Amino acid sequence: MYARILGFAAVATCLAMPVFAAVTLGDAAGSYTISPAGSSIRFSIGKLGGGGFDGAFARFKGSIRIDNSDVGRSRVNITIFPESVGTGQSRIDAFLRSDAVFDAANNPEIQFRSTSVKRTGETSALVTGRLTARGKTFPEKFTAELSGLKAGTIKFHVTGKVLRSRYGMDVGTPIYSNVVHFDMTLTGKRS
Amino acid sequence: MPALITNDTTRYGWAAIVLHWLIAAIFIGQFVLGFVMMRVSSQRTAFELIQLHKSFGFLLLGLVILRIAWRLGNAAPALPRSVGRFERRAAALVHFALYAFQLALPLSGWALVSVSMLEIPSVPFNLFVMPDLPLVESDTAESFWISTHWYLAYAGIGLVALHIAAALRHHFWLKDAVLTRMVRPSSNHEAE
Repeated sequence: MYARILGFAAVATCLAMPVFAAVTLGDAAGSYTISPAGSSIRFSIGKLGGGGFDGAFARFKGSIRIDNSDVGRSRVNITIFPESVGTGQSRIDAFLRSDAVFDAANNPEIQFRSTSVKRTGETSALVTGRLTARGKTFPEKFTAELSGLKAGTIKFHVTGKVLRSRYGMDVGTPIYSNVVHFDMTLTGKRS
Repeated sequence: MPALITNDTTRYGWAAIVLHWLIAAIFIGQFVLGFVMMRVSSQRTAFELIQLHKSFGFLLLGLVILRIAWRLGNAAPALPRSVGRFERRAAALVHFALYAFQLALPLSGWALVSVSMLEIPSVPFNLFVMPDLPLVESDTAESFWISTHWYLAYAGIGLVALHIAAALRHHFWLKDAVLTRMVRPSSNHEAE
């Protein structure tokens, strides 16, 4: 009798769990193409005396592959086109595109290639990879939080900090912080 | 003997002399820097030169305020007796204009960066954040102050040229001590 009640409770728990756990990385296995429509790559840089400026890249592409058996073997590749940077101030945009910062004419792409994905929770992972900008490559880490999964669409909120000086973009330091805060929403469509 | 720091009615003291040449050197440097920074092709170099120009501008403003306070609180040496009435008036006028422009030029630069929509902080020599003047930011206001700063710079170059020409005239033509008394404290000129 007790066994049947326990059994029922266990079944109920199993039934109840997926409702919450429906959005887990394990269930999301598959290959996705990042859809620009539902995605954004924003950044902000602080400045001395408070405040700072925000910007976003309008053009980028990429793919997310979530491994069926082992989330740790998942991959993320993103290519950003720095020419598409926008801050709301055309003079700042021109400055960022110039050889003072991105040198977009000679370095049209910023690339991120993941090297490891480590689960840190039911819906979160630490993504480590190699970031290449202006011909320089360094390991960087980003935190990815699964924020939506339905009918072939997956959505992540990705945050991370990058030191721009490493990529030959230290202009303006220390007036403008060396730390660039990234805040991205990446929506993938199953491909 | 006192260290000849202060002025008296016959000579300039070291404080006035050092301030004069220090400000002169920085002002001429600022003219050159101002022209170069607007013409250099590298945006990075331009940014860095502009920040340097701002740093020296704030240094100048501080020195000029000190200098004006020193000038008002000190005796001014008299001009040689040989100097005529018209030249006395012209000298007084040009000196007044020089002081006004020394103050107005850095202030107009400060106004320019204060109203710019770019909101680039002023951090003289990366030492501290200089607050902006309480002016309303807009592209129109920025263009206005940029033009003002330019016109004042041109006017300043004109005044400095006039001032230098007058000093050289005194030294080489009139052969009086008007120039040398600004080189070191000396009251043994033929004026008195």
